[in-house]
Amino acid sequence: MILLIQICNKKFHYFEFIKPIEDVLKRNKIKFELIHYKKITREQIQKAEKIIISGTSLKDNEFLKDINEFIWIKELNKPILGICGGMHILGLVFDGELKKQQEIGLTKIDIKDEFLGYKDSIEVYELHNFYTISKQFNIYAESKNCPQAVKHRKNPFYGVLFHPEVRNKDLLVNFAYI
Amino acid sequence: MKCGVLFSGGKDSTFAAFLAKKYGNEISCLITVVSKNPDSYMFHTPSILKVKKQAEVMKIPLLIQKTKGEKEEELKDLEFVIKEAKRKFKIEAIVTGSVESAYQASRVQKICDNLDLDCFNPLWQKDQFELLNDLITSKFRIIVTGVFAYPLNESWLGREINEIFIRDVTKLVEIYKINPAGEGGEFETFVLDCPLFSRTLKIKDKQIQGKNHSWRMEIEVT
Repeated sequence: MILLIQICNKKFHYFEFIKPIEDVLKRNKIKFELIHYKKITREQIQKAEKIIISGTSLKDNEFLKDINEFIWIKELNKPILGICGGMHILGLVFDGELKKQQEIGLTKIDIKDEFLGYKDSIEVYELHNFYTISKQFNIYAESKNCPQAVKHRKNPFYGVLFHPEVRNKDLLVNFAYI
Repeated sequence: MKCGVLFSGGKDSTFAAFLAKKYGNEISCLITVVSKNPDSYMFHTPSILKVKKQAEVMKIPLLIQKTKGEKEEELKDLEFVIKEAKRKFKIEAIVTGSVESAYQASRVQKICDNLDLDCFNPLWQKDQFELLNDLITSKFRIIVTGVFAYPLNESWLGREINEIFIRDVTKLVEIYKINPAGEGGEFETFVLDCPLFSRTLKIKDKQIQGKNHSWRMEIEVT
């Protein structure tokens, strides 16, 4: 079972940032449970086989003030995929730095080594005003502006700055089956 | 939250408005951009002036912005009218009916970010058949006002979106791979009634023009 953690602080953003992820998982018969990061329990984290942390809208940055609520990530060794804001969280939990960089719309990125079933050049959908960079992550892909796909040096923690629930939906399925 | 809805009068923007209200937002105004270019990258063009009637039966103020419909110029016109909506109605967010178009969605996102507005896209990536079924379940009465792809023809104009429509479109999807909700521009629609309307709009007059697999039905509603 995948624990899908939503970071949207306005309920109406569910349809844009969460439902498309749920739809991909449902279409592929992958079981999941949805929870907001402010309501998450230790039991749910322990029960999950894998964790996906969603993204949210450009103006919804409340989660950045709540990084302490994600400190449990440091104790885990199960696969986590952070999408956009979820990638910011992974970086910040591991002492990364938040930097300003806006990218909106379709962008080509180059993947150096195989990353969740993807390699070479792909077109991705971007929607962010920031990115994070942490020395504890290796960079697998970059746009001309900033890192786009990272993996933790020791643990199976993956971060993508783009939105795979919009383009490259199979990345979510590949993550579910690692 | 006080929202302005980018409104074309078709099924997607009207359903987005319906969802915005259903989930506790206030629809402060509707925003319609009328493009002189029938092939606009951003805006749905047929029957656009009928949105005045729709706004009237929704009892929601309507802002209309005209544009020549040239690629980047129409974005400036869109930004201008959204700014006007923020000034006049104190909106905090824009709602769109974008489903699949990264071109449309990303441009509206940029404009909202520039103007410090949130942006809601409640139909984003929604399965096309799920969308059609949701419209029927939510008691929307919608007709086809334009068709623009093979094998669609004149006979589809004026058809209502109902179970029979979905059945017929399903066959075309299987054979011709058209998009069932018309998001690829295969057809365009007009909403005659939905839970946001105080009464049903009636078609008073219609004019059909086109050829081959590109047809439009201009309607007058009352």
